[in-house]
Amino acid sequence: MITLSHYLVLGAILFSLSVAGVFLNRKNAIVLLMCVELMLLAVNMNFIAFSHYSGDPAGQVFVFFILTVAAAEAAIGLAILVLLFRNRRTINVQDLDEMKG
Amino acid sequence: MSFPIPDLVPAIPEMFVLAMACTILVVDLFLKDDRRDVTYGLTQFTLFGALVLTWIVHVPEARVTFSGSFIADPLSDTLKSFIYVIAAGVFLYSRPYLKERGLFKGEYYVLGLFAVLGMLVMVSAYSFVTLYLGLELLSLCLYALVAFDRDSGRASEAAMKYFILGALASGMLLYGMSFLYGLSGSLEIPVVAEYLIANAGQFSVPLTFALVFVVVGLAFKLGAVPFHMWVPDVYHGAPTPVTLLIGSAPKIAGFAIIMRLLADGLGAMHADWQGMLVLLAVLSLAVGNLIAIAQTNIKRMLAYSTISHVGFLLLGILAGTQEGYAAALFYTVTYAIMAMGGFGMIILLSRQGFEAENLDDFKGLNERNPWLAFMMLLLMFSMAGVPPTVGFYAKLMVLQAVVQIGMTWLAVYAVIFSIVGAFYYLRVVKLMYFDKPADEPLPVRGLDVTVVMSVNGLLMVVLGIFPGILMSIAALAVGP
Repeated sequence: MITLSHYLVLGAILFSLSVAGVFLNRKNAIVLLMCVELMLLAVNMNFIAFSHYSGDPAGQVFVFFILTVAAAEAAIGLAILVLLFRNRRTINVQDLDEMKG
Repeated sequence: MSFPIPDLVPAIPEMFVLAMACTILVVDLFLKDDRRDVTYGLTQFTLFGALVLTWIVHVPEARVTFSGSFIADPLSDTLKSFIYVIAAGVFLYSRPYLKERGLFKGEYYVLGLFAVLGMLVMVSAYSFVTLYLGLELLSLCLYALVAFDRDSGRASEAAMKYFILGALASGMLLYGMSFLYGLSGSLEIPVVAEYLIANAGQFSVPLTFALVFVVVGLAFKLGAVPFHMWVPDVYHGAPTPVTLLIGSAPKIAGFAIIMRLLADGLGAMHADWQGMLVLLAVLSLAVGNLIAIAQTNIKRMLAYSTISHVGFLLLGILAGTQEGYAAALFYTVTYAIMAMGGFGMIILLSRQGFEAENLDDFKGLNERNPWLAFMMLLLMFSMAGVPPTVGFYAKLMVLQAVVQIGMTWLAVYAVIFSIVGAFYYLRVVKLMYFDKPADEPLPVRGLDVTVVMSVNGLLMVVLGIFPGILMSIAALAVGP
């Protein structure tokens, strides 16, 4: 039998993976965008699990909003990435160090 | 199946801003480059119209509509009014800068208006859904605006950093919200608050867990230490008009979501989040003020100064009393006006091909333009908290609230670090009045910008001498 806590543990694992990905990744900015998406999906998993087990549909409605916003966010993120590549000829995270202080 | 039509009246200002932003988007397409001032005029008209509409539909009682996800109360109407006024000032300061650099495009105004709309939704949010949507609308517009100068490598780097850390913050906030939803069974802030009051004194571990994520998310968005790493890079890398926009009005919206989420929603857990905010405030005051001393770039210096001001704002909120919230509101509004003046001054002194963003560019400003130097002096004094400027009263109110709850050590600590902070503000004054100027001519500015800068600077003294005006507005907005 799959219980609520199974879903929550899965959500927590996905969420920690994505946070770790953002902080550990030093090579590729696209991986950062993937981590951000994964983080929102982990949250969606939590919302749907809570919503299903409590029988309240509001959480699932919220998930639709989060998915839409995530799509918009991905669009802006990729646009910034393209701009960055055009200006810098690299998307290596380690090279993003022009400003210091 | 039938849907009841919600009461649309409280949301009329938002609908007006949305309709106008869409109209401007289309109108701008048909304008030639030399007629772009029409876009600017329409934007200012929108902000003015929204201000008037807000007070036409205003009633003293709180009104909740859209199935409990939207609230219009004195707090939201007051904060919205400040947002309109400050956004109008931002657009006014930015115009000459954008024109000189070929950036005078419709996008700046349309994205700016959508960012204002996002702030309005945040201020009026009464459920997690509206809160999140408003926050994202604001953030997405700001990410795009930071990258708005498409040929600047620095701006696109800043945009990338802002985007990643901003999205991370939203994710943290949402993760915390998902647990609050799971435990309380509702997305509406008052229902969550009732659940917490009913369970006061026996909070479970998941609840504290949720609170940590919510506080971390908010701290990221506000730029409190240790979640501040994006602030200096974004302020430094973004084009100055965008820095001006990011540094001023969104702080008011940030204050609003803290009020709605921590004070209203999680008010019953005050003892739990107070400790977290104390830590954030203590670190922000120290790191912000100390690192600002080492900066040679004034945009970076003001970024670190923002961090220290966020520390002060948190002091007011962590008190958890009505006086504390009113003091924090007073501080936020004062800070937004000061930041607008400070970044506005950088724009005023910049000209085509030259950014007045180094501290050395302020050398001898008094000999070149005594009036502007005097305005900058007032702004710097106010940021440092020198009486009789309004910055002094803002700090005093916050400290009073902290002392009232018996945390005198925190107040003493904050005073020590504001004295440290006074050093780098007064250094700007010293550069302006006692150093030899470089012999570059100052750009000639239009009457509108000069008048608004004078009003902005003199406001520091006027509000400082009569702080009662702003204080009574703040007390009224926060409520009994």
